[in-house]
Amino acid sequence: MSNDTAASALPPPVYNYQVVRQFSIMTIVWGVVGMAVGVLLAAQLMWPEINDFWQPYSHFGRLRPLHTNAVIFAFGGCALFATSYFVVQRTCQAPLFGGFLIPFTFWGWQAVIVAAAITLPMGYTSSKEYAELEWPIDIAITLVWVAYAIVFFGTMVKRRTSHIYVANWFFGAFIITVAVLHVVNSAAVPVHLLKSYSAYAGTADAMIQWWYGHNAVGFFLTAGFLGIMYYFVPKQAERPVYSYQLSIVHFWALISVYVWAGGHHLHYSALPDWAQSLGMVMSLILLAPSWGGMINGMMTLSGAWHKLRTDPTLRFLVVSLSFYGMSTFEGPMMSIKTVNALSHNTDWTIGHVHAGALGWVAMISIGAIYHLLPVLTGQKTMWSVRLINAHFWLATIGTVLYIASMWVNGILQGLMWRAFNTDGTLTYSFVESVEASYPGYFVRFLGGAFFLTGMLLMAYNAYRTVNSEQAIEPEKAAQPQLA
Amino acid sequence: MSIFWNVWIIGLTLACLALVIWVLFANRKVAIKDDEEPENRTTGHVYDGIEEYDNPLPKWWFQLFVGTLVFSAIYLVWYPGLGSFPGIGGWTSENQLQREHEKARVVQEEIFGAYTQMSIEELAQDNNAMKMGVRLFANNCAVCHGADGGGNYGFPNLTDKDWLYGGTPEKIKETLLHGRAGNMPPWGAIIGEANVLAVTEYVLAMSGREYDKAQLEQGGKVFKQNCAACHGADGTGNQLLGAPNLVDNIWLYDGTREGIAQSVRNGRANVMPAQKDMLQEEKNPPVGSLRLQSVARSLNPEWPPFWWPLFQRVR
Repeated sequence: MSNDTAASALPPPVYNYQVVRQFSIMTIVWGVVGMAVGVLLAAQLMWPEINDFWQPYSHFGRLRPLHTNAVIFAFGGCALFATSYFVVQRTCQAPLFGGFLIPFTFWGWQAVIVAAAITLPMGYTSSKEYAELEWPIDIAITLVWVAYAIVFFGTMVKRRTSHIYVANWFFGAFIITVAVLHVVNSAAVPVHLLKSYSAYAGTADAMIQWWYGHNAVGFFLTAGFLGIMYYFVPKQAERPVYSYQLSIVHFWALISVYVWAGGHHLHYSALPDWAQSLGMVMSLILLAPSWGGMINGMMTLSGAWHKLRTDPTLRFLVVSLSFYGMSTFEGPMMSIKTVNALSHNTDWTIGHVHAGALGWVAMISIGAIYHLLPVLTGQKTMWSVRLINAHFWLATIGTVLYIASMWVNGILQGLMWRAFNTDGTLTYSFVESVEASYPGYFVRFLGGAFFLTGMLLMAYNAYRTVNSEQAIEPEKAAQPQLA
Repeated sequence: MSIFWNVWIIGLTLACLALVIWVLFANRKVAIKDDEEPENRTTGHVYDGIEEYDNPLPKWWFQLFVGTLVFSAIYLVWYPGLGSFPGIGGWTSENQLQREHEKARVVQEEIFGAYTQMSIEELAQDNNAMKMGVRLFANNCAVCHGADGGGNYGFPNLTDKDWLYGGTPEKIKETLLHGRAGNMPPWGAIIGEANVLAVTEYVLAMSGREYDKAQLEQGGKVFKQNCAACHGADGTGNQLLGAPNLVDNIWLYDGTREGIAQSVRNGRANVMPAQKDMLQEEKNPPVGSLRLQSVARSLNPEWPPFWWPLFQRVR
C-alpha cells in the first residue's frame, strides 16, 4: 500500500498521448472500413448478383478475408494499441518507453493493414483463416509486434508503482501469446514473393491453424479486450474493481486453459479422438474463467448503476460485458460434440463470432474510445453525448438483429442438413437450405447496416470533437492537470 | 503413439488442470473480516485512481468452476482424451459411425425388402418406389444433371428422349452402375484446320442448320473418312460407343458453328462416375438394385406420365 501511495504523491509524468490519439482515430477509420465491407458481404449473400461488380476483386471469397482482417487486426488491433499504450502509462505512472519504436508501431501497423487491403482483393492468400496474409507481410507483422512488446514491457519495467495493475496482466499475456501464435502458425516455405506453402501438412496443419485461430479469439479478442475492460469500466463508473481475488483466479485460469481449446474446431474430423476430446473438455472448463471477467466488470458497477441512465459511454461498456458473458457461455456449449454436430458449418457459428465481435469487442472498444477522445483533446465530453446515445442504440439493435437471425438460420440449416428419409436419402437438398436462409440473410444485412450507421455517427462525432475549438494538442493534454 | 508423446500429452494436460485447481483453491479465502464496510475492503493498491476490492470469489461462480472440472475429470476417464488411454467407455468416433450405419442398414433393408423381387416395370407402377427414386435423383444426380433433369453444358439432358448410350431400363441401369467415359479424339492435327471447318459445315447441314454450300462436298468427304466410323454414315450416332446422334440438333456441348468446330478440332472427353458404390449395389445387392431400378424408372421417358410430375415436385 505504502509504495503506491507514495508514488501517487509525486507529480505524474508527462505521458505520450500522440500515439494514443493516432491509434484511436484509426480505430474509428478502420472500424468504418471493415464494417462497410462486412455489410457489402452480407448484401452479396442476400443478392448474389452484387458479386458481379468489378470481378474478380470484389468477389465474396476475396473480400471475406479482407473483412475479417480489417475488423480484427485493423479495427480491433488499433483499439488495443491505443488503449494499452494509454493504460500502461497511466497505471504505471511512466511515459512510454522505446523512442522511435513508438511511432514505428503506429506506421508499421498501418502499413501492414494497407498491404492487406491491397493483396487480399488481388487474391494473394496463404489460405489460413485469420492468417491469410502472405509471408513478407507476416514478417512485417512480427517486426511491429516485437517493437510493441518492447514499448509495452519497457514501460512496465519503468513503472513507479510497486504492483502491476490487472489490465496490464491481460495486455501482457495478449502481446506475448499473439507473438507465439503468429510466428508458429505463419511458418511457411516461400515459393516467391507472394506465394508460400505452410510448414505443416495435413491434420497437423489443421490443428496448428485452429490452435492459432481459436487463440486469435482467445488472446487477441478476449485477453486484450479484458485489459481494456479492467481500466475503462472502473474508470468510467468511478468505482473500485469488484474483486482482486477474482482477477487473479480468472486471469491465470483463462490464459492457461484457452490455448488448449482449438481442437473443438475440428470435431468429427481426421483429428485423433483424444485431441478432439481435450479440445472440448478444456472449452468447458473455460466457461468459469471467462465469466470471471464479466462478473468483475458487472459487479464493479454496484453502487453506480444509476449512472447508466445518463452515461451512454458506460452503457456501451456494460452491454459489451453482457454480450461477452453470453458468447462465452455459447462457446463452451457449441464445443460439446453433440451440439457441434448440429452447429458446425452453419450460420450459428457466424452468429456466435459476431456476438463476440460486435457485442463484446466492438462495443467495448467504442466505449473506450468515447472515454479516450475527450481526455486526449483536453475536454470534458465528446462533442455530442446525444450522438453517443444514438450510436449505442444502433449498435445494440444491430447486434441483436445479427445474432438472432444467425441463430435461427444456423439451427434451421443444421436441422435441414441432417434430416434423412427412412430410405437413407437426404430430405433436403443443399440449395433448399440456402433458400430457407434468405430471410435470415436479410435481417443480418439489416443488423450490419444498423451497426455501420452507428459507426458513421461515431466518426462524425469524433471529427467534431477533435476539431472543436476547445480541443488542445496531445502534448498539452498530457500535461499534469492541476485540480 | 510413442511413449514420449503419451507422457508429453498426459503430463501437460494433468499439469495444466492441476495448476488451474491450485489457483482456484489457493485464492478461495481472503483475510478480510465480513463485518467491515465495503469501502474499507480494498487491497490498498491505487492505479490512476482505480482501487480494487478484496472481495472473495462469488460462491456460485466457484461452484460452477468446480462443476466443470469434475465433469471434465469424468469425461477424460470415460472417453479418449489422455494420450493413448482409450477411456473406459470404449467410445471411438469410428465405432460411433459404424453403429449409426448399422442402424440405418437395418431400417433400410426392411423398407426395401418388399421391392427386391419386383421388376423395373412393376416398380414403375409403385408410387413409393418412385418417390424414393426422385429423392435419390435429388441427392445424387441433380448436382450435375439439374434438379429438373434438364442437363447443362457437358451434362446430358435426361428429359429429351435423346440417349447417348441407350434409353432402355437395362441400359440406364448399366450407365448408373458403371458410369460412362465418352471420348472423342482431337482431329485438328490429323485432318488440318481447313478440313475441320469443312466438316463443321457438313455437320451443320446434317442437323438442318444453315451452312456454307461451298464447303459441303469437301466436308462430306472428310466425314465419311473420319467421323462415320463412330457417328455412322448417316450421322445418327452409335449408342454402343456413346457416339452422339448428329442429325437431331440436340447438343451436349456448344451447338454453334464455333462450338462444333471446337469439338472437332480438340475432341471431347467426358465422364459420368459409376454410382454402384454410392448406391451400395455391391455391398447390399437387394437394396442397391432396388434403388437403381427406381432411379432408372424415374428417368425413363418411355414410361410417361409417372416421372414427369415427380420431377416437377423436385423442382
